[in-house]
Amino acid sequence: MVAKIEAVNAGDAAVSVRGLTVDLPKGMERAHAVENISFDLKRGQILCIIGESGSGKSVTANTIMGLLPKIIRCSSGSIHLDGTAIVDASPQKLRDMRGRVVSMIFQDPLSALNPLMTVGEQITEAMTAHGVGTKASRRSRAIELLTEVGLPDPELMYFQYPFRLSGGQRQRVMIAMALALEPSVLIADEPTTALDVTTQAQILELIRDIQRRKGMSVMFITHDFGVVAEIADSVVVMEKGRIVEQGTAEQVLNSPAHPYTKRLIAAVPRLTGEDRVPQETASKGSILKVEGLSKTYRSGSVLFGGQRVVNAVNDVSFDLAHGRTLGVVGESGSGKSSLGRLLIKLQDSDGGRILFEGHDIAKLSESEFRPLRPRIQMIFQDPFASLNPRSTIGQILTVGPVAHGMSYSQAREEARALLSHVGLDAGAYGRYPHEFSGGQRQRIGIARALMFKPKLLVADEAVSALDVSIQAQILELLDQIQRETGVSMIFITHDLRVASQICDEIAVMQKGRIVEHGPPSQIFLNPQSAYTRELVAAIPGERPRNTRMNAANY
Amino acid sequence: MRGFLINRLCQSLVLLLIVSVIGFVVLNLIPGGPLAQFGLDPSMTQDDLNRLKEQLGLNRPLWMQYLDWAWRLVQGDWGHSFRDGASVLDVIGRHLFATLLLMGSSTIIAIAIGTWIGIRGATHRYSVFDYLATVGAMVALSIPTFWFGLVGIYVFSLQLGWLPAGNMYTIGDGSALNYMHHLILPSIVLALVHVAIWSRYMRSATLDVISQEFVKTARAKGLSERRILMKHVVGNALLPMITLAGMQLPSVLTGALVTETVFTWPGMGRLFLDSLGYSDYPVVMGLLMFSAILVVLCNLITDIVVAIIDPRIRLS
Repeated sequence: MVAKIEAVNAGDAAVSVRGLTVDLPKGMERAHAVENISFDLKRGQILCIIGESGSGKSVTANTIMGLLPKIIRCSSGSIHLDGTAIVDASPQKLRDMRGRVVSMIFQDPLSALNPLMTVGEQITEAMTAHGVGTKASRRSRAIELLTEVGLPDPELMYFQYPFRLSGGQRQRVMIAMALALEPSVLIADEPTTALDVTTQAQILELIRDIQRRKGMSVMFITHDFGVVAEIADSVVVMEKGRIVEQGTAEQVLNSPAHPYTKRLIAAVPRLTGEDRVPQETASKGSILKVEGLSKTYRSGSVLFGGQRVVNAVNDVSFDLAHGRTLGVVGESGSGKSSLGRLLIKLQDSDGGRILFEGHDIAKLSESEFRPLRPRIQMIFQDPFASLNPRSTIGQILTVGPVAHGMSYSQAREEARALLSHVGLDAGAYGRYPHEFSGGQRQRIGIARALMFKPKLLVADEAVSALDVSIQAQILELLDQIQRETGVSMIFITHDLRVASQICDEIAVMQKGRIVEHGPPSQIFLNPQSAYTRELVAAIPGERPRNTRMNAANY
Repeated sequence: MRGFLINRLCQSLVLLLIVSVIGFVVLNLIPGGPLAQFGLDPSMTQDDLNRLKEQLGLNRPLWMQYLDWAWRLVQGDWGHSFRDGASVLDVIGRHLFATLLLMGSSTIIAIAIGTWIGIRGATHRYSVFDYLATVGAMVALSIPTFWFGLVGIYVFSLQLGWLPAGNMYTIGDGSALNYMHHLILPSIVLALVHVAIWSRYMRSATLDVISQEFVKTARAKGLSERRILMKHVVGNALLPMITLAGMQLPSVLTGALVTETVFTWPGMGRLFLDSLGYSDYPVVMGLLMFSAILVVLCNLITDIVVAIIDPRIRLS
């Protein structure tokens, strides 16, 4: 691949990377963060660098920004930024270019803004650092930028602190900040990954819009082929520090050449719009029936006023049949996770009934509910935080069943059997969580839940923290387990594409209420509520690919 | 914010009430009782003692004594010392200045140096400086203050003769310079351990902030390292330190027992020890209440200061 890149004269490329190798410190899993990579970001284009975690895409971006940590060094190759070689440039030179020639926006817009400074201060600071303008001109420029990125009330926004803004607004502030000095290159490191799907669509739109208006060159780092399809002009695919394929977006998306790219594209969950074939083995009748379930959070003091009331779960009702999967989808703050916690009684509900196998468990006290706990189990989102780092996998798997009266030797037998069932070797039993990758840990989390032979599994964002290829494997495993054991599942996710893969029915939540409930075919192909339509339309890579590709052809 | 303040004030009053009851009861549980000191005087007869008891109201039931004492306290009458009959507030006031002088200067030294060492240790992590600071902090923390005090007196007063060995001023001199001269050794000795604590906390707070994304953002904007440190890192790193300082502040005002004893410094720490020795109950209770009020006030002030600096708390 590398050899195919023809020499581009400096005028054509905003960023030109040749034979770049960045070393990792000794003792890491591999010697190089990136190895001998070459690519060009052409002027006025959007280049997407796509890869899974550990592929070296962020290191590439940080190298171009000159933001590598001291222990990681660039050992060979060259980078030309706007015609200037930057690999061996002095720190002063690099600092002078940062913000002025090249800017960067980051994944998590909350932690990327200083909590103690107003939005305005943080934007003007970029200009102050480069000695641009006067105090008054910087201020008016900042307000102009806030207007440009579509923030409401820019004059007011100038004096706001970041914590007051929503995730999407914060990311707009970041973009305003990055644009302050009209840089010729914008590097965006997964800028929409932490955002809700509708917000993601807006931010992508904004970035594309600004890029066109200003003729900027954008290097967009992502792990999501949907996003690539939305905005990329050209694509670089990275795997384990190497570039495995690069070309125009059309080439790479429609006729990928490298097996890794093919695999990656195949792993992207697609909206099927087809309903799952219901299992024949499953007995009829419902396992879980929820009626008018409510949960209200109150914050602040009653005594001194100013109390805030949030209806996290508001009059939610649904019915789940044996051996079926109900997807609960919604954006952050929709109440989907609160609903999950209510169902496994990690939290008490304020009203309504939860009929589990015909018995109302909503009102049971903790001690009354405990005998039922093994039958309702949870799979957690974060496979890193949900396993005790000081326990071996064996301990993690057996401690629950033993507490519920299983003999230790039997628990051990079953744990070993389950580990091999979820695709881990038996040696995993005596090892510790840190010895496993994210996907393996999630398998352990699933095995842990299955130890109880549950009737109902509640999976809260169980695949959200995983790379797409791993995601696909875990979804497959869950599907297989359901077919074998007939367990019913509540699958909570923000990702409609994932939900479409595994769910028999989908409930769409907004502000604590279920706004639509139906089979995937209805939700994705014929949505009834305006909100569902909005959500489906915002899914990256599904709606506009054809229109965009056609537009590119004209 | 106002609701918050009223809330906190109510809590504080309840807290002070509890402290006063426990203090009063425990003090009266100590064998000997308040008049034990007088009993040592051979010229005192049992009749004298009884008369004294009646005069001081000590023959009444304990709850009545407490209510009487508490009521006077609220009105501003903190009672009189058994030792010399001086008003308790006067006694405290006399020693407060000495303590403020010593603790204030040592705290300023400790915070200034500790902050600097902490930040530099964090920005030059694993450097020679960082290792020296770490080892130094361990040494300062593990060696007792009185040992530093004694070594300091031995070296600088006895051997070199540069600094006075004790007291706050030379009798007959009272100039500011003379006070300063006496202040140097005790304040540095006292600051040593605080430098150690403060620098460790500051180092870890700074390390926390340095790894935050917004520091990377600041770099991406092209700010100078100096400005990143001053504007983005230090401000955020000092936030948790304010709470820490607020917790240390009461001890600043109630004095350092050991250091004051070693340097015969006439501060609150020594006053407390002496008063206990003399069974001077009014002064002991007065000091107890004084420090309880200080703790409560300092915590309140800390919360307000944090709220002023941190917009997330101020506006929510």
